[in-house]
Amino acid sequence: MFVYADNAATTSVSKTALEAMLPYLTQNYGNPSSLYSFGQKAQEALQQARETVARCLNADPREIYFTSGGSEADNQAIVSAARLGARKGKKHLISTKFEHHAVLHTLKKLEKEGFEVTLLDVHEDGVVRLEDLEAAIREDTALVTVMFANNEIGTVQPIAEIGALCREKKIPFHCDAVQAAGHMPIDVKAMNIDMLAISGHKFHAPKGVGALYARKGMVLSNIIEGGAQERGKRAGTENVAGIVAMAAALEESCAHMEENTAKIIPMRDKLFAELSKIPHSKINGSLEKHVPGTVNMCFEGIEGESLLLMLDDAGICASSGSACTSGSLDPSHVLLAIGLPHEVAHGSLRLSIGEYNTMEEIDHIIETVPKVVSYLRGMSPVWDELQKGQRQHLI
Amino acid sequence: MALYSEKVMDHFRNPRNVGQIDDADGIGEVGNAKCGDIMRMYLKIDENQVITDVKFNTFGCGSAIATSSMATELIKGKTVKEALELSNKAVVEALDGLPVHKLHCSVLAEQAVRAAVKDYYDKNGIAYDPEDFRDMDEEELHEHVGH
Repeated sequence: MFVYADNAATTSVSKTALEAMLPYLTQNYGNPSSLYSFGQKAQEALQQARETVARCLNADPREIYFTSGGSEADNQAIVSAARLGARKGKKHLISTKFEHHAVLHTLKKLEKEGFEVTLLDVHEDGVVRLEDLEAAIREDTALVTVMFANNEIGTVQPIAEIGALCREKKIPFHCDAVQAAGHMPIDVKAMNIDMLAISGHKFHAPKGVGALYARKGMVLSNIIEGGAQERGKRAGTENVAGIVAMAAALEESCAHMEENTAKIIPMRDKLFAELSKIPHSKINGSLEKHVPGTVNMCFEGIEGESLLLMLDDAGICASSGSACTSGSLDPSHVLLAIGLPHEVAHGSLRLSIGEYNTMEEIDHIIETVPKVVSYLRGMSPVWDELQKGQRQHLI
Repeated sequence: MALYSEKVMDHFRNPRNVGQIDDADGIGEVGNAKCGDIMRMYLKIDENQVITDVKFNTFGCGSAIATSSMATELIKGKTVKEALELSNKAVVEALDGLPVHKLHCSVLAEQAVRAAVKDYYDKNGIAYDPEDFRDMDEEELHEHVGH
């Protein structure tokens, strides 16, 4: 059985999105910047897509800028706020310890340029505290950027409260909503969000397309220089087909959000309930406020990459925050940020399910994971020591 | 291209000589759990200093398991002197290569064998040049292979 359980990494393109985009590849392939009516057809499609995306976020169409994806949108939002702040002598940026690298690495870059960065603790439950943010805010704070939902552990942040606080303090607030868009309701007005990044392929649009919402009045700095596309803020001929597909996918996801969530939650809860029966396992992050489909757990005494390879052999696509899968010496910064010891974080497993998954697939995962964990523990010297009492259990 | 060669995947899926030897003549353990890989090697050595049996336990990624498995195959039936000559390069070659960022696993495998032989020497009062067993901690290991 093949089970795709890595929907937080990417999703399949929906039938709706595919059908919406196809005419813009083969028939209406004109350049939206061209004067003739053939090009203008593409321009109209862009405009419609912009209206659709804006509607889904409760924004104005003129506040939507299409990008190559979430990373570009995050980069542009943060750099723009930093440049704006610097002009007023404000060079302090606030974020959290467990943001996506698109945010963290941009902040690192700005730090080298002389900005000061405060990364808020996300505590054991993977949730930012409003009082921590309030304490971190300074006179010279130029930006607060906090993700809507964490990509690895799925915990949702108090976005509306953060937005209200930032608005009160007149500090621009950017939100990386890549994991939330299409899966949870987003209202940029009600939540007082000034900038927000989304990525199409996380909600059944193709890869390579995303959007940045920037509230009217937020002056954007270009990341890509060139033509006057996207109100002069993002050069390059528009990915018309991708943008059309993203709008269609977002509209579809938002229209079916409740039923999708109702379908996903029982599958997710079954995974949590059954996999928690594995001794010395741990659920990572609070389940109180959580994106529907993300399950993140640790199993003591094993390492994540070998777990993934064995699951792959059983047809299951999943991910892990172990060092070996992160390509560095340290395990995932997210798992370390919620206080997991290194040796425990190495044994993490993320399963992210979507509305296309079935209960049969969940049962296959539930049947496979315990077997693989126990097989790997059987050859693990760490588990051996834990069993013999020569090493203390950490979870 | 896949992350690992077919040989690596074969040794990962069907690791040779997994287990423990209760009355082992030499046991070596290298690596640490914090860094995500530990290898433990058990040797059974006869009066002619021939490794008659070898088993391993490994906590780690696919290549950690595969390099342990391959190392046991390469030293089984060899003398301890020959086992000491096992290089991480030989392990890598026998596995048809490893990704660069996984080379440290092969170094660990080599070190695990050496640690087990050292344990055998120590237990049996056999003299050796300590220089041959310069202890390398995990961090040095990683630096050693340019991680």
